[in-house]
Amino acid sequence: MPRFLTGFVDELRQSGVPVSMVEAIDAGRALEHVDLGSRSMVKAALAATMVKNSRHLAAFEAAFEIYFSLLPPPDGTVEAKLRVSSDLAALGMAGAGGEADLDALVEALFLALRDRDSGRIEAAIRRAVTMLAGMEPGRPVGGTYYMYRVLRGLGLEGLRDRLLEEMGAATGSFDERLVLDEIDRRLEDLRAEVRAEIRRRLVADRGPEQVARTLRRPPVEEVDLVTATREDLAAIEAVVHPLTRRLATRLARQRRPGRQGRLDFRRTMRRSLSTGGVPADPRFRRPRPEKPEIVVLADISGSVATFARFTMQLVFAVQSQLRRVRSFAFIDGIDEVTGFFGPGSDFGDAMRRIGSEAAIVWMDGHSDYGHAFGAFIDRYQGVVGPRTTVIVAGDARTNYHDPNQEALGRIAADARALYWLNPEAKRYWDTGDSVMGVYSKVCDEVHEVRNLRQLSRFVEKVALPSTRPVRHSV
Amino acid sequence: MDLNALTDPDEVIDGLMSASYLADDHIAQVVFLAGRLEKPILTEGPAGVGKTELARAVAAASGRRLIRLQCYEGLDESRALYEWNYRKQLLRLQADKGRDWAEVEADIFGEDFLLARPLLEAIRSPEPVVLLIDEVDRLEIETEALLLEVLGDFQVSIPELGTITAESLPFVVLTSNATRELSEALKRRCLFLHIGYPTMERERDILMARVPGLEVVLAERIARLVASIRGHSLRKPPSVSESIDWARTLLALGVAEPDGETVTGTLHVLLKHQGDIDRMASELAAPAS
Repeated sequence: MPRFLTGFVDELRQSGVPVSMVEAIDAGRALEHVDLGSRSMVKAALAATMVKNSRHLAAFEAAFEIYFSLLPPPDGTVEAKLRVSSDLAALGMAGAGGEADLDALVEALFLALRDRDSGRIEAAIRRAVTMLAGMEPGRPVGGTYYMYRVLRGLGLEGLRDRLLEEMGAATGSFDERLVLDEIDRRLEDLRAEVRAEIRRRLVADRGPEQVARTLRRPPVEEVDLVTATREDLAAIEAVVHPLTRRLATRLARQRRPGRQGRLDFRRTMRRSLSTGGVPADPRFRRPRPEKPEIVVLADISGSVATFARFTMQLVFAVQSQLRRVRSFAFIDGIDEVTGFFGPGSDFGDAMRRIGSEAAIVWMDGHSDYGHAFGAFIDRYQGVVGPRTTVIVAGDARTNYHDPNQEALGRIAADARALYWLNPEAKRYWDTGDSVMGVYSKVCDEVHEVRNLRQLSRFVEKVALPSTRPVRHSV
Repeated sequence: MDLNALTDPDEVIDGLMSASYLADDHIAQVVFLAGRLEKPILTEGPAGVGKTELARAVAAASGRRLIRLQCYEGLDESRALYEWNYRKQLLRLQADKGRDWAEVEADIFGEDFLLARPLLEAIRSPEPVVLLIDEVDRLEIETEALLLEVLGDFQVSIPELGTITAESLPFVVLTSNATRELSEALKRRCLFLHIGYPTMERERDILMARVPGLEVVLAERIARLVASIRGHSLRKPPSVSESIDWARTLLALGVAEPDGETVTGTLHVLLKHQGDIDRMASELAAPAS
């Protein structure tokens, strides 16, 4: 077991779960109190001692599945009983495979899904993987390929339709909806179980280390925002909200009276009356509250669409926490979109409205930073003042238009600080039509922000005034 | 349920059940481990899934007293740990006028003048207690360190009195809504327990346990509806506490089988943002695709 545990700890660290020495030892101690034959108990013990952040749960789950997939299931569970009786017997089928067999299998799976019989579902899955995945020992093919073959063979769409027909017939639209959600949940579970089954077999074939290496995915914090998949984006969006809460609480804390203020002589003396004239309880003047003001200018053109969506998400969340935030979206024209993110508004709706209602396209819909900044100065005089922090988000690819550095320079001169967040890797800056170098001369700071980790670093920085540069008039 | 002599996680399930808390296997296993390893549990998860309730149920099931420390920004040592009762000290000083200072000093920094706050109280209690440290993420980072001694070694150091060690080990539950990252030092001392939304079956059972007079059919249907609503991306998905409220509402309205109209009419019990309510209302009205 100890050797196995070290491999597992290594794997966790590789996939971004920081497990300290003490925690690994704790895990070992916890295992002493646990029935090692019980998968779920081992899992609970390891999770409770080694994972200290819910964001890392998914990575833990995956690593656990790989490393402990070969542990025997506990006696008495459905799983265990089923392993005893063979897959084929459970389904009443025989033969080496073929059209008729596949039909029978799909039929069995359909019945099992309808009755929500987890034992039969599992047996069917195991049979399906044997029949359809075509796994060959030692072949270096990833699990996704096998997964695809199995799911295609089973024809999930057809199953979904049949389930709907069987379970949702003769009901109104409301009930039908519920049934549909229910069916989708069951099919989602099915996919997860197929994935787990394939993984189990891969591990049995190649050993946990190698499988873990091929299946490892970057933790949410390091997913590239520009090329993120839809699932990645959902995970990212779940993390963005707490992040902005953090930003907001940081900013709010700065505003709370601290002890740093000057001595308040009058109040101290008045207090001292209760202690017979001894100023035992000094009172301090409250430091002047600082009201954070943020203006965000976000490029939402196609080339940075995922990043833009994410920037706007950030704006949306910040705006729900702080009142003095104004947001502007631009492509080659620019328009204020603050109102779209008011209290109670829905993020998806707001994005759609920005697309259809805001005047962000001035000519041809290719980003033109120079024109956008110029238009911002013309139309929104007075928005940026000495207490405003301006954040520009975009890749600075201006399609060979005039960058109009002077316009951005004027915005910067009016502001307290101007930051530029660029979703492109630093090595691509100033190649092709990127004019990052031109703009960075007038920005206070330019940051590469390609993933959440970089973003949170930036957020911390903006939130902490001690590290924030304060410019005096140039 | 004797927390120090647990032999099996199933005991925890049964014990908590007697306090009408339906723990799933994972929760029971972590509580079991916490009892065996004598470590605090740090629970995290969305609001309203039963984090605080877990502490309450553990206390009820084990027959221990529950001591609660509600955290908030600005909470300091004197509210969390202990404070000297300086009025009483002052009175004593005045009454003792003329006595030798050394004698008086030893006297006024004694147990008699100590005001125990929740943490010290939990440590000093002769019979074991359950200590709930609620919403620990609201503490400021600087004050978080205050908990470390208590959680790591179950002791409190008071300069004038020395170190007070626990007479009986408290069972500690910390809850957090993850509004900020807790310090590594704190997390290292705790077992971590993420409580998420329950499965449909468990939610149905929770509803049955918490709402007297609820029919199985209705509970089942509510659980299904709530699960389905959680599947949409909402600003604040309904939590267990909200689905319990909703079950009570439907029961009070005498609804046996909620249809689209009743659901839409009572969505405000379940959802707490107008945007979410509008969104679900139009979703539910739309025909299935």
